[in-house]
Amino acid sequence: MTFGGTVAVDDLSIAIEAGSFTALLGPSGCGKSTTLSVLAGLTTADTGDVLFDGTSVLGVPAEHRPVGLVFQKPLLFPHLSVADNVGFGLRMRGTATRARSRAVGEMLERVQLAGLGDRRVGQLSGGQEQRVALARALVLEPSVMLLDEPFSQLDSTLRGQMRALLRQLHDESGVTTLFVTHDQAEAVEVADSIALMLGGTLVGHGPPQEFYTRPASLAAARFFGVGNEIRGRVGGGRFTTGTSSLVVTTDTADGDAVLVIRPEAVRLDAAGGGAAPVTGVVTGARFAGTHLRVDVELGGQLLLMQVPVGHRITVGETVAVELPPGACTVFAVGEA
Amino acid sequence: MTGTTAGTRPPTGRPAPRTVLRARRIGAARHLGVGLLLVGTVLPLLPLLVWAFAGQWRYPALWPAEGSLRGIRLLLEPRSQVPQGLITSTVIATTVALLACVVGYPAGRALGMHRFRGRRAVQFLLLAPVIVPGLASAVGLEVFFIRAGLSGTVAGVVLVQLMPTVPYAATVLGAAFANLDPDYERQARALGAGALQVLLFVTLPMLRPSLLLAGLFTFLISWSEYVLTLLVGGGQVTTLPLLLFAAISSSDTTVAAALGMLMIAPPLVLVVASTRLLSARSGAVVGMARL
Repeated sequence: MTFGGTVAVDDLSIAIEAGSFTALLGPSGCGKSTTLSVLAGLTTADTGDVLFDGTSVLGVPAEHRPVGLVFQKPLLFPHLSVADNVGFGLRMRGTATRARSRAVGEMLERVQLAGLGDRRVGQLSGGQEQRVALARALVLEPSVMLLDEPFSQLDSTLRGQMRALLRQLHDESGVTTLFVTHDQAEAVEVADSIALMLGGTLVGHGPPQEFYTRPASLAAARFFGVGNEIRGRVGGGRFTTGTSSLVVTTDTADGDAVLVIRPEAVRLDAAGGGAAPVTGVVTGARFAGTHLRVDVELGGQLLLMQVPVGHRITVGETVAVELPPGACTVFAVGEA
Repeated sequence: MTGTTAGTRPPTGRPAPRTVLRARRIGAARHLGVGLLLVGTVLPLLPLLVWAFAGQWRYPALWPAEGSLRGIRLLLEPRSQVPQGLITSTVIATTVALLACVVGYPAGRALGMHRFRGRRAVQFLLLAPVIVPGLASAVGLEVFFIRAGLSGTVAGVVLVQLMPTVPYAATVLGAAFANLDPDYERQARALGAGALQVLLFVTLPMLRPSLLLAGLFTFLISWSEYVLTLLVGGGQVTTLPLLLFAAISSSDTTVAAALGMLMIAPPLVLVVASTRLLSARSGAVVGMARL
C-alpha cells in the first residue's frame, strides 16, 4: 500500500507493507492525524494519491473504503447497546441479523468482553469502551486498521494491556495496522516498523532498532532522545573534535558536522589502546538506578555515558572512552 | 464535602453539625421555592375550574349559586365550532412544530457546529421574530398572502406561524449541535454508513431529546397563537384561541372557562410527559450553555 500526498503544507510519501504493524510516530501537530484522515477518506489531500494494493482509492468515499478507524475517544454511540455498537457497521452493510449477532458475539469474545453485549455505553469503564471500539472496527474485517492514539486516555497499566491485546489481534488476523502515537517508547514496544514524522514530513521509516543505531536525521535522533551531540569536523573518514579524532563511517561531505551517539553505546576504555580512544575528564557521576550516569568533558563539549554500577569513577579523573564507529552517526551541520 | 464552617473538623470524619444544619436549611428553602412555584401555577387554575361548572356566580359570593353543565355541553356541540377548532388547532400546531424543526435543523446545525464569519449576527437575526412584535411583520405579510391566495387558508396560517417558532427550533437545535461531537459522524462514516444512514442512525437518535424539546416549544407556541391566526386566517380559520377570545368578549365566563380548561389540557399533558428531558444532565440543557 503506497500513498503520497500533501499533508498540511508538506509532502508526504509513505509505503506501508501489507500485514505489518507500523507505528506512525511524531510529536503533536506534525500531521499524523491528518494523514490517517486522508487514508480513511475523511479528508481529501490537496495533491497526491492514496493507493491500496496499488489501486488508487482517491475517489472512493470514506464509507466505502475497507478501512477500520479507531480514534482517541472511543466514540461509542450512546443510544445503542454494546452489541449494537459493535454490529453497527455490519448493520449499515445490510448483514442479516443472525449472522450479525454471531459475528458480534465472536468479536466480543476476542476482545475479552464476552457477555457484555447488553450493557449500555454509560456502564463501561475506559478500557472496556476502547475494547468495544476496537471490536466495532475489527468485526468489519478491514484491509487496514488505522488507530489514532487510541490508548492515550487510559492509565499506563491499562495502556500496556491494550497494546498487548492490539498486538495479539493483529497477529491473529494479519490486518495491516497503522498506529499513531507521540510516545516513542510505545512505538518501539508495539510496532514492527516505525514511521517518524516531524513537521509534516516523513523523516525516517524502518525497524525500531534503526532509530537507535542509525537515526536518519538529527531531528529524528533528538526525538528518540539520543543524548549526545558532539560538534566537530569530518574529513578523510575521520571525525575530529578538539584534540580527539576517531574513525567514522559516513557519507556526509567533509566539513562541519555533528556526531551523535547514545549514552549506553559509549564504552569506557579502561585497558587503553582500543579502536578509537578519546580522552576526557569526568565532571560528574550520578547513580541512576540501573547504571551510573557519567558526564565526561571532551574538548569543551559534554559527553554523556553510562557505566555499570560497580565501577569506581571519581570526578576529575581523566578517562579514555571508546565511541564505536557502528554506534556513531554523523550529520552535516545545518541538516535538520 | 465542601466545608462551609471556618472551624475545625470533628475527628470522627462526619461533617460538622453546622454544615449539616446548613444543608438542611438549603434543602428546606428549595422545597419551599418549588412549593410556591407549584402553588402559583396551579392556584389561578382553580377558579377557572370552578367557573367551567358554574351556573350563576355573582360577586360577592365566594362560590357559584348553582352548578351547571352548560359550558361543558356547549363545548361538545358542533355549532359551537369547538370540535372543529380543536381539530384545526391540533393540525396546525403539529404541522408548525414539524416544519419549524425541519427548517430549524440546518440553521441549528450551521450555528452549533461551525464557526463562520457573521455567526453572531445570524444568531441575532434569527431571534428577531421574538423581539419584533409579530403583528408588525404579519400586517405586511398579509398583503403578500392575499396576493398569493394564502389569506384565509390553513396553509397561510401555518406559514405565518413559522415566524415565531423557527427561532426557537433553531436555537434549541443549535444548542444540541454545539453539544454534539462531530467525530461521531466521522466515526459512523468510517464504519461504512452513508450520509443518509449517518443522519438516520446516528445524528437524529443522538439529537432526540433536543428534537422533542424543539417540537414541544414550537407546538406550544403555535397552540396558543392568536394574533397571527386572526390576521392571516381572517375569520375563516378557526382555532381554539380565537374561540376563547370570542367567548371572553361575549362575557360568557362559563363557556370561556370551559374552553380555557380544554385549551390547557394538551399542553399540560405534553409538558408533564417531557419533564424528563429537562433534567440538568440532558444534552439539550447542557448545550444551551455552550451555545
